[in-house]
Amino acid sequence: MNQDIFVLVEHLRGQVADITYVALAQAQSLAVETGGKVIAVLFGGNAVELSKNLAADMVLHVESPVLAEYTCDAYASALTGLIKEKSPRAVLMGDTTMGAEVAGVLSARLGMPLISNCVSIKGGKFSAKICGGKMMVEGELPAEPVLVAMVPGGFRVEQGQAAKAPEIKTSPVPDLSGVRVAFKQYVEPEGGDIDITTQKILVGVGRGLQNGDNLELAEELAEALGGAVCASRPVVDQGWLPTTRLVGKSGKAIKPKLYLALGISGAPEHTETITGSEMIIAVNTDPAAPIFDLAKYGAEVDMLDLMPALSEAVRKAKGG
Amino acid sequence: MKIVVPVQLVPDLVEELVVDKSGKALDLDTVRWIISEPDDHAIEQAILMKEKSGGEVIILAPDFEGVDDVLFAAAAKGADRLVKITGDFESGLNAHALARALQPLVKDMNPDLVLTGVQTHNGLDGPIGALLAEYLQMPYIGYVSGVSVQGNKALISKDYPGGLKAEMEVSLPAVLGVSSAESAPRYVPISKIRMVMKTSKVEEQDAGDLDLSGAAVVTRMSPPESAERATMITGKVDDVAAKIVAIIQEQGLL
Repeated sequence: MNQDIFVLVEHLRGQVADITYVALAQAQSLAVETGGKVIAVLFGGNAVELSKNLAADMVLHVESPVLAEYTCDAYASALTGLIKEKSPRAVLMGDTTMGAEVAGVLSARLGMPLISNCVSIKGGKFSAKICGGKMMVEGELPAEPVLVAMVPGGFRVEQGQAAKAPEIKTSPVPDLSGVRVAFKQYVEPEGGDIDITTQKILVGVGRGLQNGDNLELAEELAEALGGAVCASRPVVDQGWLPTTRLVGKSGKAIKPKLYLALGISGAPEHTETITGSEMIIAVNTDPAAPIFDLAKYGAEVDMLDLMPALSEAVRKAKGG
Repeated sequence: MKIVVPVQLVPDLVEELVVDKSGKALDLDTVRWIISEPDDHAIEQAILMKEKSGGEVIILAPDFEGVDDVLFAAAAKGADRLVKITGDFESGLNAHALARALQPLVKDMNPDLVLTGVQTHNGLDGPIGALLAEYLQMPYIGYVSGVSVQGNKALISKDYPGGLKAEMEVSLPAVLGVSSAESAPRYVPISKIRMVMKTSKVEEQDAGDLDLSGAAVVTRMSPPESAERATMITGKVDDVAAKIVAIIQEQGLL
């Protein structure tokens, strides 16, 4: 084992994921402790463009038609070869729709321990967030080479960005003939709906909505405020709102001036994507809901009681 | 088409979570166990596929308090076989150990497809589906929200941020981590579950000795210490509404 820290660069349609910069920031801090280098591992894509602001000592680029678009199978195969060859101290990635599964497969394949939901590693200790953000756990970083799937919270995106582009080294293409998954095409989200990422005021509804019929109350409130309704996953899973309104890991990141989070507990899957909001007001009957740690203001009332009262108060304030 | 669906029970986050005396784990006496939500979607997806093209759906779940209810509810939805995995899980179960315990059981079942929830909220060592896939030497795709089988391949819809999806083709057998079924998990009335309990059988399979390696050791568990917490608005609903309006006005948004 050497002391270098690998970071898997997650990119989708020419964009590097924010979590990659967070992981690079963590890697920089870890590399100071180990005395190793930070090596960004980039598969496919335009290497020069994608790596221009990565805070890494070096970029290892592997190019192959099989790696042109992400599949877990191809990424895991390519990483297996690199990890075996270079034997890094730690391999960091995002606990995302890409990284979570690559880390899982590699952990089973290479017998490397895996820490998922990791917020930070410092002084040989890791901390991670579980149970929808309601519990933090800590432990010693395993002594052997380790896989880490990161969630936001410990480092800022800018900390993983550099002004100067790192050196790019092209790595030989591994044998990818055994890959069993083929990327076919992207399917765009349904069009024709409003774009929640550009709204100034958003009324977010979660599990507390209880029933699709109650959506009307949220629509009425959003209309009174001149905003739009968005939702956390349980509401979209029930089919009460289309996926275009989903705020979360597999939905959209929002940045309104005001976010009214109603009946949303604040699981990391949701909160990771609402931090760009200028002000969050959270309403939840559970005083321990993690959303209150993120919100500027909070109220411990039932959203179903509050929505009609608030719509009325808003209309009154507007003189209507 | 034989679909195997390993599911898990997780602490209900609606209940207050209490750390036990060791300071390293949840106090299990205070935990209410419920089916992990993505696992509920995995069951639904399996049932939808069975309804469309026939086949057999087998549900597997480790023995936690309430597991029989979860299994019978799945049977009431249309699952054909129910398997409870028994073992000493009180001292701790992690994704690696469960995946290793599942591997020989699932292999013996010779499935065309393994569907499981893409994640559990209390996991610290990765998604069970990815680990199990590798132990079974099968390919894995996670964050799946659509599956269509064509011969010995399946066309998968994988979720990405922003509502974007990717279509991927995978050779079968494969393991898929489901994030949402093609339609919301169906509701089954208790009366139907009770009826099923009379006719369905829960098979038991022993997990054997658990191999917990692959996960980091937890030395401390605690509720997060928040640097800042929301200023709480108190009072009756109308008072709260009036105060929120005042805050919005102060922001110049009204």
